[in-house]
Amino acid sequence: MYRSIRISGPRLAKSIFFRSLGERGNKIDAGHTRPWGHLITVAWPNADGSYHHALRTVLSAGHLHARLLAATGALGLTFAGTVPVAAQEGVEILNVSYDPTREFYREYNELFNAWWTAQGNAPVTIQQSHGGAGAQARAVIDGLEATVVTLALSADIDQIAERTGRIPADWQSRLPQNSAPYTSTIVFLVRQGNPRGIEDWDDLVAEGVQVITPNPKTSGGARWNFLAAWAYAERSGLDPAGFVGAMYRNVPVLDTGARGSTTTFTQRGIGDVLLAWENEAFLALAELGEDAFDIVVPSVSILAEPPVTLVDGNITSDAQRTAAEAYLQHLYSPEAQALALSHYYRAWDTSLAAPDDVARFPDLELVTIADFGGWAVVQPEYFGEGGIFDQIYEE
Amino acid sequence: MRVGILRSPSPLPGFGLSFGIMTAILSIVVLLPIGALLGRGLMIGPADLWDMLNSRRIWSALTLSFSAALIASLFNLVFGLMLAWVLVRYRFWGRRFIDAAVDLPFALPTAVAGIALTALYAPNGVFGQALAPFGLQVAYTEVGIWVALVFIGLPFVVRTVQPVIEELERDLEEVSATLGARRAYTLRRVILPTLTPALLTGFALALARSVGEYGSVIFIAGNIPNITEIAPLLIVIRLEEYNYDAAAAIGIAMLVISFAMLLVINAIQTWSRRRIGLA
Repeated sequence: MYRSIRISGPRLAKSIFFRSLGERGNKIDAGHTRPWGHLITVAWPNADGSYHHALRTVLSAGHLHARLLAATGALGLTFAGTVPVAAQEGVEILNVSYDPTREFYREYNELFNAWWTAQGNAPVTIQQSHGGAGAQARAVIDGLEATVVTLALSADIDQIAERTGRIPADWQSRLPQNSAPYTSTIVFLVRQGNPRGIEDWDDLVAEGVQVITPNPKTSGGARWNFLAAWAYAERSGLDPAGFVGAMYRNVPVLDTGARGSTTTFTQRGIGDVLLAWENEAFLALAELGEDAFDIVVPSVSILAEPPVTLVDGNITSDAQRTAAEAYLQHLYSPEAQALALSHYYRAWDTSLAAPDDVARFPDLELVTIADFGGWAVVQPEYFGEGGIFDQIYEE
Repeated sequence: MRVGILRSPSPLPGFGLSFGIMTAILSIVVLLPIGALLGRGLMIGPADLWDMLNSRRIWSALTLSFSAALIASLFNLVFGLMLAWVLVRYRFWGRRFIDAAVDLPFALPTAVAGIALTALYAPNGVFGQALAPFGLQVAYTEVGIWVALVFIGLPFVVRTVQPVIEELERDLEEVSATLGARRAYTLRRVILPTLTPALLTGFALALARSVGEYGSVIFIAGNIPNITEIAPLLIVIRLEEYNYDAAAAIGIAMLVISFAMLLVINAIQTWSRRRIGLA
């Protein structure tokens, strides 16, 4: 039986055997490299497919053998039998994702497990981890044992591939549509009635307009914002660097993540326009009331492709690989695509989606990251240290 | 350590054991991380370190971090002394409650403090709305950073000064008065000199805490480069760029400046102790 053990926040240890030693506590024989710290949760699937989280105690530091203290027993956890149980009952997947996908993956994990068990498989334990895309990528590089990563941009996954070798360099061609099962774009969220009359990108550089966007250094979404503005300037025959620089001079608050910017704009009342993921903008309307904000669609924007892939180097068994591959491939199934559409993502397969979920997306001209030469070129040139973004603030 | 201490019989033996444990823990918890940071700096080399630090943006961030910490700690020095004085010398309804509330900034997660302060001081918040007619904006400006740092630094001054005020001998103040000293003179020549060492300790603690504060400031500062971007945020940004060397460089710069400041405060403290004859 596999048990997942959450250690000091996002780190995860996998136990191969879980053995009760009676009064001496319980013993976990763990696999290869072992992170250290406090044991917080053990999670396992119940018969009905939901997850049971329990057990809060301290894991003594260990390399190959981590020992659960007697506190386990005190918490009344009883495991049937005292012999090690073979790893057949279930497989576990850790999905390391970025900020705005919380709601989508919560529902997708249930949808996947229902489909997976209907195929005659044992239910899969799926754990989610969310945060800023850059920070999440760094956590995986630093040893977070992600089974799959579903991040905001391919540059983050490229970094994992390059720095750890746990993902092959050609990962993006392994799944359809550049490994992006759902896409989004960047739109404007303005206050009710659009009091500043913001219609397109050139209204953002006007004197006195306050623009809210996160810091492209720390936020993946903010990089898409930056490039969309850049694409507009190029197409309008303006000097892109000057245009984007003028836009950032209208930014009064640079939050570190997309959710932070949404909060600044919607809750704190700062700014006239929020540059937002389209799905975040629709979510803000749905959560905060349609009479508070309006969505403005600019003449041109960028096709944001948040990609997904398997972290091959972290796979511990064939069963896990099969389940994780199915987990990613099932994202392209009509049901999952309909779910993504209902969460305001643009998806490819609309066959099972509600007509309203499809009709809400406006048609607009979308440039792609390939038009910029791909993330491998864009990341260092625009967002690296001393890159174009840094130069805006160097004057 | 004097060898004599080791030999003299003590009602509580165990110097060797406690010294060993102290050294081990201090090394693991304090010296190793700082040593690792400095070691990284040595590997980079002083010339490259300087190149990484010598940009307007980094100097702006360092200046902001240290000046805001200094301003907030000076404010806490005055206000914290006043608060501690009132708590010790006067009896009033709710005194115990206020006394307990002073510790809250220690207990509250800094992010919670930052979000709460931002919600209050944002232009649509309770205080923000009240200040707006005067053209004052607190959230997302340098003033907001001061407010956050005053919040997290206050208990340090109060808690270090409070016990010393409790120990103050009231007789001295009475003697001073009977000898014809005016109130201000008594305060300046009798009370403050005794409190100075404790005040400086509290000030140094609050300052050290404020310089490195990230969690609460990040929400209330606008984080605009060169204007409201604090040095710890710049470190996080360098980490996001996978530029660990540049992050270490800023960390070392902060460490060196903090160390120099604490050294100066210590020197003043020693000087003031000598002056009042404590050492």
